[in-house]
Amino acid sequence: MFLLLPFDSLIVNLLGISLTVLFTLLLVFIIVPAIFGVSFGIRKLYMKTLLKIFAWATLRMERGAKEKNHQLYKPYTNGIIAKDPTSLEEEIKEIRRSGSSKALDNTPEFELSDIFYFCRKGMETIMDDEVTKRFSAEELESWNLLSRTNYNFQYISLRLTVLWGLGVLIRYCFLLPLRIALAFTGISLLVVGTTVVGYLPNGRFKEFMSKHVHLMCYRICVRALTAIITYHDRENRPRNGGICVANHTSPIDVIILASDGYYAMVGQVHGGLMGVIQRAMVKACPHVWFERSEVKDRHLVAKRLTEHVQDKSKLPILIFPEGTCINNTSVMMFKKGSFEIGATVYPVAIKYDPQFGDAFWNSSKYGMVTYLLRMMTSWAIVCSVWYLPPMTREADEDAVQFANRVKSAIARQGGLVDLLW
Amino acid sequence: MILVELMNDVAPEVCLFIIPVFDNDMTSNSLRGPYADSTEECYGQLQNYSGLEYVKCCSLLCDKFTFLEFSISHSQITRLYSRFTSLDKGENGTLSREDFQRIPELAINPLGDRIINAFFPEGEDQVNFRGFMRTLAHFRPIEDNEKSKDVNGPEPLNSRSNKLHFAFRLYDLDKDEKISRDELLQVLRMMVGVNISDEQLGSIADRTIQEADQDGDSAISFTEFVKVLEKVDVEQKMSIRFLH
Repeated sequence: MFLLLPFDSLIVNLLGISLTVLFTLLLVFIIVPAIFGVSFGIRKLYMKTLLKIFAWATLRMERGAKEKNHQLYKPYTNGIIAKDPTSLEEEIKEIRRSGSSKALDNTPEFELSDIFYFCRKGMETIMDDEVTKRFSAEELESWNLLSRTNYNFQYISLRLTVLWGLGVLIRYCFLLPLRIALAFTGISLLVVGTTVVGYLPNGRFKEFMSKHVHLMCYRICVRALTAIITYHDRENRPRNGGICVANHTSPIDVIILASDGYYAMVGQVHGGLMGVIQRAMVKACPHVWFERSEVKDRHLVAKRLTEHVQDKSKLPILIFPEGTCINNTSVMMFKKGSFEIGATVYPVAIKYDPQFGDAFWNSSKYGMVTYLLRMMTSWAIVCSVWYLPPMTREADEDAVQFANRVKSAIARQGGLVDLLW
Repeated sequence: MILVELMNDVAPEVCLFIIPVFDNDMTSNSLRGPYADSTEECYGQLQNYSGLEYVKCCSLLCDKFTFLEFSISHSQITRLYSRFTSLDKGENGTLSREDFQRIPELAINPLGDRIINAFFPEGEDQVNFRGFMRTLAHFRPIEDNEKSKDVNGPEPLNSRSNKLHFAFRLYDLDKDEKISRDELLQVLRMMVGVNISDEQLGSIADRTIQEADQDGDSAISFTEFVKVLEKVDVEQKMSIRFLH
């Protein structure tokens, strides 16, 4: 037992030194830049290296498939089947119009074979419709060394497997603990910081401190996910007294937008950790949190939002009108509630690059914790954010038309499909 | 055999990932051996597996074995399987009628309900992946080299006659192998809408039956149905082509 002691202290010393070094590196390279909003460019370099590796991996798989004379499983954003260009609604209108307008003529035309068109159209929608596929993750053109996105598993050579194994090691043993440590730091700083700021007397200083505490913590969280974000058109950023609307892909959208601007959040009151964060945040600046029972009462919700918006000193509200997470290939119908309030709307389009990590939260498949783990074990989250010029509702438009106009603008800018549903 | 059992016990994903790396050819040979030369026997073993195991079994064996029934490629079957799972909200490996009714574009189709019914065999409420594929197989395009296939084998699901039978069953609700005037009226009403009066619809139905009916029973049997449509390009109208 005495023999172990010198070794013990050696190991303890080594551990202590390495932890200190790690912590210092963390502080210098990640946390300090986050506080001041600067960047060393490490993440961009990381992204470039990864892209080169992915391209090489896909080439190897294609070669493997060619040797066996097979076809690789490739995704098609245009759908998996060849569809008729005419839509169902048009065809139905044709048939019914030709029927009713034949007042002078004899009976309308009908053939036993007319059924074939509808039968085939029905089958086509069962095999591939526009709406259902938006609720599952988008498929990738090339493999990104994550087994969760691999459909061509039988064409993987030994070299690729080694590379994949290396990737697993890096992601789980190096990146994951780092990210968890950062996330922990970010969240605790947010809670502590906003509580402390809450004790300050109301005034310019409090607002200044609150803004910077919020921004700093969100920036740390952004680095915790290794999110590489490109902001476009920052002069159109939302101003006080407006509503910011964006397409919704995952809960991370909030962190991405809030790390570049100072918003008032809207949401349900949660229990647990989320509840603690929410209560702390509301001490520093007025966010709008609803009780579960209030959410069902649409008039109450609208009233509170209107009150918030009319107070020009209050922050812009962040709302996701789709209501649910969509897989970032399209924009679905916006709920008209936020467009009835009558404030200026600042649309924002968010487009993720799924090659480095798919940010879509399939809430029916994964819970929150599993989702966050998946996020933290991907390579990175890469996205582009476009701030669109503000829009207001015109005199002859109703809320639904206004909502559709905003939706089209967001879809066009983000390169997403603008769905009718 | 061992590998197939291994697939079921250990996580399928892990096995399928490791196996191809080590020895691709060995796998297919060893599976072929115990099942003798007949493809039907080999396939018979697979019938016990449903859903995911089925698809992954297919991908391990040579293509020509299990795709014989549906004659589509491995990537197409994988795509359809992923479509099946995205429709299957209950995640129990089968689809119910509600899963189909959730597709918005199908809800506006006048024949939507009848098409959904075509998937479910008599008296059943759930359809598994194989049943799903069987119904979809009716819509596979007819290849040129199949037209002169062996006449002794069973008729493929996507033959002209089977396609016509599929459409016939959409008309024939009570499954008595005849389209009666009432059944025809129902379909007419759904397709043409509410703007036509009942008398006009009735006269259309009567005229259609008159043109088709040959044995004078005021109903259209399957043979009469086929005869009326002999000039129609059924193969093209009732086929869905995969993009790859």
